[in-house]
Amino acid sequence: MKREDDFEKRREHLKGLTEEQLYDRFWNLTEQIVKPIVDLAYTHTSPAIERSVVLRMGFSSLQAKPLIDYGTKYNLLGKGVGNVILTYAKLKNMDYLKAGEELAKGIGWDIISEKMKGSDK
Amino acid sequence: MVERLEENVKLNVEEILKDLDKYEPKWRGWHWREENKEGKVGEFTYHEISAPLKKSHGLPAARSFEGIDPQPRPVITTEIASGRFEDDLRRMRMAAWHGADHLMVIRTMGQSHFDGLLEGSPEGIGGVPITRKEVRATRKAIDLIEEEVGRRINFHSYVSGVAGPDVAVMFAEEGVNGAHQDPQYNVLYRNINMYRSFVDAAVAKGVMSWANILQIDGAHNANATAMKGYKVMPELMVQHAINSCFSEMVGMKPENIALSTVPPTSAPAPCMRYDLPYAVALRHFFKKYKMRAQMNTKYVESCEREATVGHTLNLLISELTSVDIQSTITPDEGRNVPWHYNNIHAINTAKQSFLGMDGLMDMIELKKTGYLPEKARELEERAILFLEEMIEVGGYFKSVDAGFFIDSGEYPERNDDGIARKMNGGDAVDTIVLRDSDYFAPVCGHFGFNNVPSEYKKPCDAISECTLCNHSKIQYIDELDENDNVFKRMEKVKEDGTIIPEVQWAKDGYVKITLFIPENEQIAEAAALEMGKRMNLINVEVLHKQVLQKAEGCLVEIKGVCDFTPVKRDELVLPKRRKVLSNQVMKDYVKEHPIKVAAATVGEDEHSVGLREVIDIKHGGVERFGIEALYLGTSCPIEKLVDAAIESKAQAILCSTIISHNDVHIKNMRKLSDLCIEKGVRDKIILVSGGTQVTDDIAKANGMDVGFGRGSNGTAVASFIIKKLMGIPDIEEE
Repeated sequence: MKREDDFEKRREHLKGLTEEQLYDRFWNLTEQIVKPIVDLAYTHTSPAIERSVVLRMGFSSLQAKPLIDYGTKYNLLGKGVGNVILTYAKLKNMDYLKAGEELAKGIGWDIISEKMKGSDK
Repeated sequence: MVERLEENVKLNVEEILKDLDKYEPKWRGWHWREENKEGKVGEFTYHEISAPLKKSHGLPAARSFEGIDPQPRPVITTEIASGRFEDDLRRMRMAAWHGADHLMVIRTMGQSHFDGLLEGSPEGIGGVPITRKEVRATRKAIDLIEEEVGRRINFHSYVSGVAGPDVAVMFAEEGVNGAHQDPQYNVLYRNINMYRSFVDAAVAKGVMSWANILQIDGAHNANATAMKGYKVMPELMVQHAINSCFSEMVGMKPENIALSTVPPTSAPAPCMRYDLPYAVALRHFFKKYKMRAQMNTKYVESCEREATVGHTLNLLISELTSVDIQSTITPDEGRNVPWHYNNIHAINTAKQSFLGMDGLMDMIELKKTGYLPEKARELEERAILFLEEMIEVGGYFKSVDAGFFIDSGEYPERNDDGIARKMNGGDAVDTIVLRDSDYFAPVCGHFGFNNVPSEYKKPCDAISECTLCNHSKIQYIDELDENDNVFKRMEKVKEDGTIIPEVQWAKDGYVKITLFIPENEQIAEAAALEMGKRMNLINVEVLHKQVLQKAEGCLVEIKGVCDFTPVKRDELVLPKRRKVLSNQVMKDYVKEHPIKVAAATVGEDEHSVGLREVIDIKHGGVERFGIEALYLGTSCPIEKLVDAAIESKAQAILCSTIISHNDVHIKNMRKLSDLCIEKGVRDKIILVSGGTQVTDDIAKANGMDVGFGRGSNGTAVASFIIKKLMGIPDIEEE
């Protein structure tokens, strides 16, 4: 869009505001814009977020990658990949780090997918 | 294990690289300089300084001020990222000694698009591959350096790209103190899908908040990218606002949120008329956040002088408004990846300016009426109008899609040349996933919906601690590439007794040569390249040229790699240094045997500082030992000096010569000696010559007993005279 500078016309409603009112208006508008983005972030996850979870669980970056790739393939990111690993560990009655190692190798995804009701993408 | 650094011993990088798998950071969070309320340093009282360093190098002129090195109040940043982190560690130590306490490491080209963490220690391009190993080794070195200089040092890098949350976790684990984090950067400049960028950013920010990492936003990039940096000021405020507000809403404390602000304009534009109102407007709207003032990079050309003056004007803006973190840009930004010494120059530009302007705002104030507040308000209103239109079109994502940002028109003017990004496009499009009602992440510092089972007090109870709570759970990877790694690189530059100049990497051999060539630009450039080759340089390139007058000549600066047999340390003949008598011995001697000296700056020479320092008791001069000095001032004729010495029965003459055109300093030495011989007093009077261009050899060759050059002091002069009078030979020691 091309537009001439029509600042003087547009600012009519701002002209009379005090410095403080201007400040409040600036931040109210910003919050209006940002709030829906925060809501989006609150309710969603992503491969990078799930990698950051399994890193914090004590897996290496080399394990994180396949864990999240398989999690994506089996449509289980929405459960949380950490959650998937813990559930698998419980199911197999093994330490979660061992469970994660197996899953990183591609072992066990059918079972866990069935259990957690993810579907093949 | 290196316990601490010795100031005369080089940083041992091999030692730093040992046992990294076990290294834990000593502290987390951000460090602000400690206040120095009293402000007394040397004979001065400062109004805006912080606690002193234990060890440091002061400004060159500190020599005339008892060597003081006051530390300004803002944190001072320097960016160090040559591509080989092992060499950067040495530069970081040099930077810390000059007063930097925020060391920023730029990432290697393309890391933004790497989906995951990089590992090992590969070489970078235009930055350093930020890996756990690199970060851990750097933090370890910085921990030693901060111990040495006596002030905590903030280590900083970037949390962006498609692996933002991964990198944020690694930074929190490894004790990184500050990071750039702004999803708008991903969207606008890296074309990473906008939904993914913001969803990732919330988690990255959550982790950063857990570790109290200070955040710097990315708005300054709009200034650097826009066709006219000074037209995007309303938009810059909008970008700052979006990231600051988003960060706070996902849990970051306002005091950990810093704006990356840049004075957007440069001379020859009347930059103060643009930059100052903008700075005032920012500090009004963003008063609850921190100001990280960056220097302008957009208009940096290859002239280091021009860059330095521009940056000094930027520092004036910081002083006139406010600054919490002062970033510095090296004067060679417009030439190449910064060289070692240019980081130091940039740090000193900031230190020098702030110390010089200390307390400025106690004496002046910004006007509250007229152009300045009116222009500031105009910018604020323009920013508000920008936000209003964003809401009108349906919010942030739709605005980006419509090309609202980086348009070269000053809002509301639009030139239809903004950077538009598709909502359903970009790298990593369609990769965000809705969290199910049973979504669970068993870790700390996690933002967003998390269905933590009720039996756990905190999420990571489910795994008996996450890595944020227990550092030993981190899996450390050393190297993945057996060829591209730090050990291989260091093997090639092993210590072998040779001394090779360097600008960024060990033994890189680069030098810069400054040439004035009395030819036109085209000939001068070609000639300079040829001259470089004849000076035994290879890979000769022009760094900078500036026409002084079309026909009369051109300044050319070239760089090249030395191609001569390397100098060896143990083959060097070092100049001898005199050992001085102890203060007490000198005082005792003078008490028993009073000494008088006649002193003057001779010839047509008005320089007085050096000689006054050598004489005055206040500066630790010869008077300190009880020596009586007859000071005859500047531009003193040789005859007058000799006559005064004879008349007052002085045992020595101190003759200062600073001006050295046509070797006038040498001629004056000769004249002094001849006159003393002529008057028959040469064997009775010790002739001491001093000045910046004087050396002991030159002085002796021209009839003096001794010469003192740059950096000499009264103690050395007194010691020489007293030894001579005592009849102790002038023994020289290394």
